[in-house]
This record gives sequence, C-alpha cells and structure tokens, in this order.
Amino acid sequence: MDEQGALWTADQVLALAPDDASRRAGSKLGAAGPWSGAGSGGQGAVWGLCKGSGSTPYRTVVDTTGPAYQCSCPSRKFPCKHALGLLLLWSGGGVPSGPGAAGAPDWAETWLAGRRGRAEAAAASAETGPADPEAARRRAERRAARISAGALELEQRLADLLRGGLAAAERSGPALWEETAARMVDAQAPGLAGRVRELGAVAGSGPGWPVRLLEECALTHLLDRAWLSADRLPGPLAATVRTRVGLTAPPGGPVLRDHWLVLAQYDAADAKLTTRRIWLHGETSGRTALVLSFGAGGRAPQLAFPVGAVLDAELRPYEGGGGLRAELVEQFGVPAPSGPPPRGGTVGAALTAYGLALRDDPWLDAWPVTLAEVVPARAEYGWQLADARGTEREAVPLTRAAQARPGLWRLVALSGGAPLTVFGECGHQGFTPLAAWSRDAPGETVPLV
Amino acid sequence: MVAKDVWEELVTSALLGTDRRPHGGASGDAAPVALLGAAATHTVRRRAGLRPGPAAAPLEAAPEDGRRPLPEAARRRLARLLAGRAAPAPSGGRRGSAPDLTELLPQWLAAAHERGYRAPAAALPALLDAARARTDLRPQALAFAGPRGLWLARLNPEWKFALRGAGGGGALPDPGDAEAVSALWEEGLFAERVALLTAVRAQDPAAGRALLASTWGAERAEDRLMFLDSLRAGLSGADEEFLEAALSDRSRNVRATAAELLSALPGSALAARMAERAASCVSLDRTQGAAAIVVEAPHECDAGMQHDGVTATPPTGRGERSWWLGQLVEAAPLHCWPARFGGRRPEEIVALPVTDDWQGELHAAWCRAAVRQRDADWSRALLGAPAAPQATGPGTSSLAERAKLLSTLPAEERARWVASFIAAHGLSEAFQLLGVCTVPWSGALGRAVVDALDIARDAGSYPWSFSGVMGLAERCLSPETVPQLAALTTLPAEAEDASPGAGGYWSEAFQRLVATLELRAAMHAELTEA
Repeated sequence: MDEQGALWTADQVLALAPDDASRRAGSKLGAAGPWSGAGSGGQGAVWGLCKGSGSTPYRTVVDTTGPAYQCSCPSRKFPCKHALGLLLLWSGGGVPSGPGAAGAPDWAETWLAGRRGRAEAAAASAETGPADPEAARRRAERRAARISAGALELEQRLADLLRGGLAAAERSGPALWEETAARMVDAQAPGLAGRVRELGAVAGSGPGWPVRLLEECALTHLLDRAWLSADRLPGPLAATVRTRVGLTAPPGGPVLRDHWLVLAQYDAADAKLTTRRIWLHGETSGRTALVLSFGAGGRAPQLAFPVGAVLDAELRPYEGGGGLRAELVEQFGVPAPSGPPPRGGTVGAALTAYGLALRDDPWLDAWPVTLAEVVPARAEYGWQLADARGTEREAVPLTRAAQARPGLWRLVALSGGAPLTVFGECGHQGFTPLAAWSRDAPGETVPLV
Repeated sequence: MVAKDVWEELVTSALLGTDRRPHGGASGDAAPVALLGAAATHTVRRRAGLRPGPAAAPLEAAPEDGRRPLPEAARRRLARLLAGRAAPAPSGGRRGSAPDLTELLPQWLAAAHERGYRAPAAALPALLDAARARTDLRPQALAFAGPRGLWLARLNPEWKFALRGAGGGGALPDPGDAEAVSALWEEGLFAERVALLTAVRAQDPAAGRALLASTWGAERAEDRLMFLDSLRAGLSGADEEFLEAALSDRSRNVRATAAELLSALPGSALAARMAERAASCVSLDRTQGAAAIVVEAPHECDAGMQHDGVTATPPTGRGERSWWLGQLVEAAPLHCWPARFGGRRPEEIVALPVTDDWQGELHAAWCRAAVRQRDADWSRALLGAPAAPQATGPGTSSLAERAKLLSTLPAEERARWVASFIAAHGLSEAFQLLGVCTVPWSGALGRAVVDALDIARDAGSYPWSFSGVMGLAERCLSPETVPQLAALTTLPAEAEDASPGAGGYWSEAFQRLVATLELRAAMHAELTEA
C-alpha cells in the first residue's frame, strides 16, 4: 500500500451513489475520455477536470478519507456523477498519484485545506461545554414538561381507542392519527409522533392487522408510561426511553478507536428526510456500531463509506438503545480496501441476542447479528436462512422486505447452496440480510442492499 | 391458561373494545390501561422468547464451475459495465465524447468466456437481468454465467428465459451415452430434443441422423422442419439418402428444406437433376458472332420439379417463368457450368453478355448458389473488382447479396476486398459489407475506414450521417489504430463551406472512438493475466 492507501473497488465507489441514475451517469464518466488534469495526492485527495456541455470543465475534488466531495457542477445530487466518475477512474488506476498533496491545483487545495481547518476547529469546540448551563437546564425542563403533556394526551387517545375497540380504528381513517401525530410534534416528542404515524399505517394493513396494531399500541403505551416515570428507571433504560421519545443527547460514552469494517450502508427516505444507516464492526473490540447520517430535502446524506472498507477511526457511542448508535469522531489515514467478516453464530444464537437486547430496549425491532455457516433455503412461506451445521438444523425467515429485494438473489447466487457468513438485522419480523461473505472469498464483503 | 390463549383473549377484547368486553376484571377507565399493560408484557415476552423454526430442505448445490476466477481488475470492469448497462442511449444523433458502455458489454462477455473465466457469483443476478433485458446479449451472458447461472435461473421465474432454447437445460447427457440420449430423445421437451440433436450431430453426424430417423415418421410437421434444419451442420453425402426420402414428405416446408440441403451437396442426385434442368435453359450461343449466353426459361413447372423443391407459384409481381428459372439455377451445382460454356472459368462466364435482359435474373441465381454451396471461386467472380463502378459490376447484385458472397471468402481476402471497396466508394454503402468482416478489423481495413471518415469530415458532412459505421468502428477497430485517430481528435479550423459546428462534433466523435478503443484495449489487457 502506498501513501494513498489502496484503491477502492468499483463496487465500493458505486455504493456511494445516491441513486441508480447517478450510478449509471457516474459509470459513463469513469473513463479517461472527458477528464484532464486528474491527479491524486497524499491524505486521500483526488482531483480532476471533467469536460461537460459548457465551455469550462467542472472542477471535481474528493477527499477519500471522508469521503467528502466538491464539484463546480450545478447538480444537487451528492456525490454528483462527476465525483463518482472521478473515483471510478481512480479506482481503475487511471489517476496518476503525485508525491504528497503539494501537486494539487489551487482550487482543489483551497477546499482541502478548508476541510482540514474545519475538522480541527470542530475538535477544539467539542472540548468546551455549553455557554450557560443554567439556561440550558431550564430549557430542558420546559421541553420535558411538554413531552409529558404529550405522552398523557397520547395515553388518553390509546385508552379511548381500546375502549371503543380496534375494529373501529379501520373505519376512522388516517386523519385522526395524523392529527395526533401533529400534536406530538407540537409536544416536541418526534419519537412519539413517529410511532403514532406507524399506528396509522398499521390499521387495515392486510391480514392480521389487529394483532399488529395491538402490539404497537401496547408498546407505545409502554413508552408513554416509561417516560412518565423515567426518574425511577435504571440509568441505561432511562436513556433508551429518552432516545425513543425523541430527545437526542449528544454522544457521551468513552471514545472507541478500532479498525472498523463497513458492513452495510443503506438509506431510508421519507418526504422530508433521508436517513442513512451505516453498520460498522470493530476488528479488535468485536463491537458493532451504527452511525447515522441525515440528508434533508431530498439531498443525500453527507457521510458515505464504501462497503467492505476498513476505517481506522474513533467512534463515540450514544447512551441507550443497547449502545449501538455512535458518532464518528475522527478518522485516521485512508480506508483499507477490505477486512475479515465478524465472527458469526448460529440462527438460535442470533434470536437469543435479539431477546437479550430487548432488556435494554424493549422497543427494538431488530438487532445486528452475524450468522456463520448458514444457507439460504426455500420454505413454504418464502426464503429463510438455515444453519448448515448441526443435527437440529434451525432457521429464521427473511423479512418480507428482504424477500422482495434484488439483494436476495445476490445472496442465493453467492451461496450456490453452500454455507456462508451473513450479517443482517434480526428481529421479530425475521432476518434482513445486509452483507455476505462466501467461503471462497472471505475477505470480500458482498453488499445485499 | 397458556400464553397463547391469554393473547387471544387480549386481541378479542381489543377488537371489540373494553366497554363491551372488559379485560381481567378491570372496569371503566382502568380497563383499557390494564389491557394495554398486559398486551405490552405479552408482546415483549413473545419477542424476547422467539425461537428458530425448522429448516426447509436445503437447495441442491450449484454445479462446480471449473473455470478460473476473474482477475481483480477485470472484476471491477465487469461491475462497471453492468452498472452502466441500463443507461439509455441519448436521444438524437449526438452522443458526446464518452464511450458507450452498453456496446462494450457483449464484447467483454465474449472475451471473458473465451479465456475461460468464471463469472463472479455475486454478479450473476445482474448478468441474468442484463440478458433478460437484451436478447442480443443472451448467448454471451448465459455462456459466461455458466452452470451456476442456470442453477440460479431455475430458482427465479423471471429468469426462465435462460432455461429455454439450445443448451438451456444445462443437463444434456453426454452424446456418447446412448441410453441417456435415447431416453431424452424419447421423453424430452421439444427444446431439449433440439439441443440434444444439435449436440449429437456436432460430435457424430451419422449418429445424429440415425437418432432423427428413429422417430421421423411420428414427429409433427413443424418439429420435422426444425429437426431437419439441424442437419445443416456437418452436412455430407452420407445424408443424401435420408434427405432424398424427405423430398416426398407430407409437408411442403419440409420438402423445400430437404431440397435446399440436397442442392448444397453438389454431388447429390438432386443436384444432378437440377443441373440437367438448368442446363437445358441456359446455353452458349455463337450464332451472333461474339459468344453470348442465351436463356430459355422453363415453360412449365412439372411434377418432377415440384418434387425436387421448386415452388410453382411465384410471389406477387414476378413472372412464373423467371421464378422457376431462378430456382433451377440456384439449386444446380456451380461446377456444371464451365463444361457447359466451353471450359471457361467462372469470371469468364460471368463476363459473358446475356441476351434478352436475362442477366440480372441469372446472375442473382448464381449468387444465391455460390452462397449456398460456399463456393469461393464463384463468389469472387460474382463480386467482381471492388473498385469497379457499382452499376456496371458483373453481379449488379445488391449490397446484401455482396455481403453474403463475401462471407464465403477467407477472412483476409474479405477484409482486403472491403478495404478497396471503401477506398473507391466511401462509407455510405459499406455498412453491410463491414458487418461480415472478422473482428478486430485488419490493419488495411481499419486504415481504409479511418481515412474514409477523415474524408467525410473534410467534405463537411455531420458525423451522425455515419453513426452506423462509427458504432461498428467502436466495436471492431483494432486498438492499434489509436495513433492514426489521435490526430483527428483535434478541433479543426472551421472551413467556410462546412456545415456549422461540424468540426466540433467530428472532434467529439473521434474522441469517443479513441476513448472506446483505449477502453477496449484496457479491457483485454485486464482479462490477460500477467
């Protein structure tokens, strides 16, 4: 590996694309044709000029340690097709690497220097606390009081619903739920608002909906109750409840430095917000961490990592929720191209892990687990993952969403009927496979989303 | 009470409402809260206690694929080509200077397959999707996907196309295994039987014929037609008896195909009968001074002719007699003509004048015969000199016919001929002829094409008038042409009489050509392991 770090694979680059159209457009730009003055230097910088339809070429620069992108094109997509094309050109060995960052043209160097400056400033400001602790405390108290009022109101609403019967919920339509959700937004409890919208979606949502609605109502009730008596809960559970209600505390745990393998990265979008979930696994600590990144108004979230890469980085965990969620504090050097998969267990062990995680967070829908030595198999209800070893072969069904995804077929193709290692989210709805490693190529992370 | 019953009670109360169905002794305001509390406990308990279910029968393991894994760089390339595969072609004639990856995928697949590489397992779904969307990709994509690709296709109905057609079963018995072959021949689906017959015929032509003969009488007419067609491969005099019998088949199409196959065997009895009939119509006339060919087209289509595959009724707009003549000459072996014309060689015969405007008809029939009989001498004679003005060419044959004639010549001669043709006539007519040349184009042919493009540019036309040839050039030009092309990518000064902006478009088109050729060179280098 040179100063640059190893090149990423095309798959890893394409995984950064915000959508299929960008992936295609970026692929077309991944050849030398439109590029001039392309170069790369130390500290993960890659730059180049891309000829577009106008007279001046676009200036594209990428910091692969972020990765972060800057391009003079008017695209609102992030990264834009030029950044993707440049990275593809680079991944194919088509960008000459210069000695140190000194070779970067001024326009690229300005941006790169700005990034380094901001990173240092952010690190410095993290050291100092809020300006006025007393005012902050009063604000927090006011907000807690509002959320409590909201929780009480929601409790009333749930009680009314159960008194009249769920059968009526299907007839009442979504308007009532929407209104309740809006009340929760006003109460500054976005977590409760989200749950209420979910409830509205469950009513009348196909066979078995009353059971699902009862479960979700009960868990919402549990959350309301827990919030209203949070001062009597043990610390970690109280933190979970605060997070579930929608109060985000800054990450506060001790910093973890490790070599983190990027297991999976996928987006879930609604009209207002795109949430990117990035699953990481620490090679030394064995910990699994979830880094979230958000993009508002149809923009792709800033943070993106190539699946299968290994980052030398510091994470700081958030409290609650089983300690999964963490924030990226700092990254050292450039990502290495690949690493070994997490050590996995049986299907039974995965369900046990989910069950244990419910102690800290009863509202968990799924828990990250790695299954080792499993095969995809087809049962009457659909696809499942089954233990390939042992006398009593056990299996977990794939979630309905996973059954319908193209990634299912990549999983089946990769297996070819032989056992493999699969990382995914395991919960009460089944297992969602997110990445897999075959026996033939255990160092190659195959993304399934 | 067991947990399941408790839960069902809870659901019933919840559905009907605690006002009508109180739960657990609580009443009034306390009832719904008690119900929710109990349901929450139950839900969390159930989720925490989830256990695995029984495993379904494991999938049958995918067959071993003994081919080599792809080198890393080639694997990345494939991922990029597959990611770009669905990119729609930009509308209009202008395509920018970036290479078109969609066009390169088939070539990449064919090259990877030839070199004995195995498709990466994780890429199989994308490969099958690509083959599903583009029928032109199917043969290469499926060959490269290999046995695991077919294994996967069997699991997903969207890919069932992969299982149809020749070789689609993926499980043909060894042609030497007589028992398995006859079992599949007796019981197989039509597509499997066609694939089986083709495979057996390829290994042992006589065994293939025998297999077909074993059930011939019992086959349906349209199946007989398809099966008969598979005898085309490895056709020899040994097949004559079988084909001769098929001339009396109930189906007219089967009879016509049998006659066509027999006429491609110059030594067959049918060929001799046709030679006799054709000779009686075409003869040398010395009475006019200089030698000339006299044609006396048949006056009737008798039962014998019809038995030998001559179609009696002409298509609309064609005269009966010229229609019959054409068929007779087409089916007659070409070697019968030198004797008929005083020992003249094919080019001398072709050069003879033909009386009464029969030349077009006669030469066209000879062209068809030369193609059918794969006769290079006659093809050469009928093609004439590539530089000759087209209207006066001996064959006056259409470009499509010339392309077919060319295909009977050895590859190098073909390329030389087309290069001379382009040098003389430019590119506007060359498209079909280029299509029959082997890839990559020979040095001379490549130079001729590039020179002709350069001339077209200087003449002031727009590059999209040549988009067909440009597209072919991207696929077929040898990367060695790049230095010659590089000089053409510069933006020329706009000539006064040129079409507005043409220079810029040409420069862009040549840039794309260069980029594509470089990409192809890189692709091939990646597939050649150090």
